[in-house]
Amino acid sequence: MSESTAEVLRAEGLVKTHHGEGAPARAVRGVDLRVTRGEFVAITGPSGAGKSTLLHLLGGLQRPDAGSIWLDGECTDGYGEARWAVERRRRIGIVFQFFNLVSDLSVADNVELPALLAGVPPRKARAGREELLAELGLQGKERSMPGELSGGEQQRVALARALVNHPPLLLADEPAGSLDSRGTREVMRLLSRFHRRGQTILLVTHDARLASAADRVISFFDGRIADDAELDGGAPTRRAGTSGVLELRD
Amino acid sequence: MRLALLALLARGPAHGYELKQDLEQLLGAAYPQPNVGQIYVTLGRLEKTGLIEGEDVEQSSRPNKKVYHLTDAGREALRAWYEETADEPRVRDEFFMKLALAPQTGLADQIALINRQRRQYLNTMRQLSKLAAAEDRDNRISHLLIEGAMLHLQADLDWLERCQEELEELQ
Repeated sequence: MSESTAEVLRAEGLVKTHHGEGAPARAVRGVDLRVTRGEFVAITGPSGAGKSTLLHLLGGLQRPDAGSIWLDGECTDGYGEARWAVERRRRIGIVFQFFNLVSDLSVADNVELPALLAGVPPRKARAGREELLAELGLQGKERSMPGELSGGEQQRVALARALVNHPPLLLADEPAGSLDSRGTREVMRLLSRFHRRGQTILLVTHDARLASAADRVISFFDGRIADDAELDGGAPTRRAGTSGVLELRD
Repeated sequence: MRLALLALLARGPAHGYELKQDLEQLLGAAYPQPNVGQIYVTLGRLEKTGLIEGEDVEQSSRPNKKVYHLTDAGREALRAWYEETADEPRVRDEFFMKLALAPQTGLADQIALINRQRRQYLNTMRQLSKLAAAEDRDNRISHLLIEGAMLHLQADLDWLERCQEELEELQ
């Protein structure tokens, strides 16, 4: 595999300033980033650091003021809205904090829709949907409407929808941000499972527990990358680390 | 360890190896298990201070084993333990001192210190996630122990984030 095909995502010199009321907010201030196939990368940082804006730029939901993005080695500078919308069905799956399911479509239709829009034959879209919902423990919920499901279940439907076209890249923006502790663990478990099967994931979260599921954590402060660390997760070398924090003393 | 052994003996007499097994079963694989030697040493000390008493029980074709039971003084010590509340967790003082004193030494950059410390915490967090994933789902006590450790680490990470926000403004 050549280097360019192994690189699912590359960004160089990304800048984005929000012009709302008051002073302009410099949300992203010069970001370079590479994500290679099979990586699970988490971006963490305080709220307002610009990490969600960065994810929106990478998914083509917002356009940068400066800088470029490459998907699978292909420069996206010339992409318009329509092209980005196509790529978000083909090459990029996205899950959001608030699920963003279509409220008047059933669970099954929510998941099948992106497949059908991408030109997948209905029978195949249905098979893909069935497989994913089973995988995510949502059998029997096909006919439910999103509003009838718990937050955790809705997020699992959103995950199925994001993955139904087997996109090379999954973007997740605070996917557990509106879930309780149990829902958070569930999302963490599922992301880890898809990652083990080779799914490339870029996750934005303020939750360090969720971030620790990734094998690389980028700390984002004030619109810039402050640190970029590979987590080895190996055994601690000193008495500190896991055994230190778990030890009970009297 | 001392009071944990007393608490296990509150249920009834037991020998050292049984106590080790009880502890393992209760706390799961996550908890760094004491070795059986440590347990025997602690039992010896508890006996010396009169909190437990041991009785030799003969075993056919094996050395005698010692079965311990709680004394009245031991039960009282245990009751006192349950009446106290536990101390609050503490800020990682050594790191805090390093951070506070870094500028005047000229030997370390505060932001670099924070980044390194964060890497360590994140690695530990990852190990804890793995432990949680590997642990028996039904062992609630063990999962609560791991979750407690993760929440403490989360708080430490949040605090590092605060340090970074404040100190970056100064730089």
